[in-house]
Amino acid sequence: MTNIPRKSIINPACSDRLFRIAAAGSAFLVLALLAGLLLQLGIGSAPAWREFGFGFLIGTGWDPVANVYGALPAIVGTLLTTAIALILAIPPAFVTALWLVDAPPGIGEILSQALDLLAAIPSVIYGMWGLFVLVPVMQNYVQPFLSETLKLGKIPFFGEYGNGFGYLTASLILALMILPYMSAVMRNVFRMTPSMLRESAFGIGCTRWETAKDIVMRYGIRGLLGGIFIGLGRALGETMAVLFVIGNVMELPDNLYASGTTIAATLANNFAEANGIMRAVLFALGLILLLLSLGVQVLAQYYLAMTGAARGEK
Amino acid sequence: MKKNLFRTLAALSLSLPLVASAADLTLSGAGASFPAPVYRVWTYNYGESTGKKVEVAYQSIGSGAGINQIKDKTVDFAGSDNPLTKEELDKAGLIQFPMLTGGVVVVANLRGVEPNSLKLDQPTLAGIFLGTITTWNDPAIQALNPDTKLPNIRITVVHRSDSSGTSFIFTNYLAKISREWADKVGFGPAVNWPVGIGGQKNPGVCNNVARINGSIGYTEYTYAVEGKISMVSLKNQAGKFVAPTPETFSASGAHADWKNAPGFYMVLTDQPGDDSWPITGLTYILIYKNQPDANKAAGMLKYFNWCYTTGATAALKLHYVPLADEVVKQVHAAWDKEVSSGGAPVKY
Repeated sequence: MTNIPRKSIINPACSDRLFRIAAAGSAFLVLALLAGLLLQLGIGSAPAWREFGFGFLIGTGWDPVANVYGALPAIVGTLLTTAIALILAIPPAFVTALWLVDAPPGIGEILSQALDLLAAIPSVIYGMWGLFVLVPVMQNYVQPFLSETLKLGKIPFFGEYGNGFGYLTASLILALMILPYMSAVMRNVFRMTPSMLRESAFGIGCTRWETAKDIVMRYGIRGLLGGIFIGLGRALGETMAVLFVIGNVMELPDNLYASGTTIAATLANNFAEANGIMRAVLFALGLILLLLSLGVQVLAQYYLAMTGAARGEK
Repeated sequence: MKKNLFRTLAALSLSLPLVASAADLTLSGAGASFPAPVYRVWTYNYGESTGKKVEVAYQSIGSGAGINQIKDKTVDFAGSDNPLTKEELDKAGLIQFPMLTGGVVVVANLRGVEPNSLKLDQPTLAGIFLGTITTWNDPAIQALNPDTKLPNIRITVVHRSDSSGTSFIFTNYLAKISREWADKVGFGPAVNWPVGIGGQKNPGVCNNVARINGSIGYTEYTYAVEGKISMVSLKNQAGKFVAPTPETFSASGAHADWKNAPGFYMVLTDQPGDDSWPITGLTYILIYKNQPDANKAAGMLKYFNWCYTTGATAALKLHYVPLADEVVKQVHAAWDKEVSSGGAPVKY
């Protein structure tokens, strides 16, 4: 018995329109979701804004017994850990991506795969590794080495005595988490540079470093910045990895070894148990984090638009 | 080929309902991590004893979260070490009753000092958690431990980062023994800790203490025993140094005045008695007074009754103190009086 081809039960023109509606619908769904999130956070946090006003953003207290809350320690913690993580992660990511592009075929393939695997590790695994492996190493070896042997403890804000938890450890873990992400994106950007461009550069006598810095980087700056902002976005909102190692103390940092908190860690710690004004305060913190992330995106787009002319784009 | 596939799938989907309904009744509870080790054993054993007809599930998410869940009616019963006052209970339409007594212990990690040998009294304990005593070889601590050479390292305080009934019990004790603590910090499931780092739930605190040399924290007794962490002996109200054991926990509960405890509200910290452990805690179960489903209500009360009677051996094995018979009788009386379904009291 031969297979008689079935006639399509859907009219082709009709199926095309259905597909267009479905695709447009999905796109608008994303927008609706964002609006819904902002709305829910706004409504949920209204009691907190009413109670504390904008002083909430610069308040430093956190007293659940007296119901006095301030967001500044969490905001500063988030920004500090993200900043240090980026400083620690961007140079290695850039250099790794560069090397991978020109690497010998066998090793390059293996390391590329390893990088992609690292980027896929869930953050809770990093948190566990941080708590069980990194914290004792930091307390017993790294922190004493940095502050006493290298005498960095004399610098104000660096810190002299650490117990392994704190901003430095959390930033280190964040850096390790975002490094593979950024490196993978940067590697793809470098690969997409036309080889003619690079070979012309070699042709006029540029060294590898000069090619990378002046030619390849400028060509792919949009992609590179995109990669950095992916890392930044991940670091801003990272919860589990930071939660385990930052010490969970609602105080402003007075040195790098001090324990502190971030917005995401505060939310994870307190949300299940919160009610009343504390819940509204947590909603307010969530709103601040969302606006921070959106603000970073907007800034990035603005920067790229402003410098477009200088880089020769239309 | 396609027809066969369709037929097979249809046949399989018809058989799914047979697989899904294993238990006749499922009870869900959530709350305190303080009694979680026992509740886990109880829920499993009870399921086995009813031949899997009744399944009970308990999630250890914290006392405050448990209370939130039951107020949202997403669970059937809540566990909390932080008892609600009679007014709060009446307002929410809940009834609470005690289940177990357990002890909150002070754990410490000090390299070079023999485990379970440290002694602290009220001023030193409060001083450490207030941050006024900062190193282990402080003269006040050394005076209480004359035979031990205490090292000169900083004290790292570990407390709970999340809201917790265990914190409620511990800060309640600190507020009773230290005027400064009561004025400066107060007590509650979450407070503004003057010093220290936070750990997530009881296991988190134990983990952090085990990891940091020179650290001190507080946790429920079972977690300290299972984690083999060194415990500190404390001076009780009678002036005697006692070590935390189930005997000292139950000695502490012996003087409790249940007749004058509306809604079973009772905090067993700083109790009199030579053998009393000063930081004993009661853990409670909360359910709604008015139960819409009579079958479920009867199932719940049957389960709790089983916990009081058959479950007592499991509780003892895990180092908790089961409730005394007189108190269980009072709980039964409260059930008869307060818990009803559709106007009629519930039969268990």
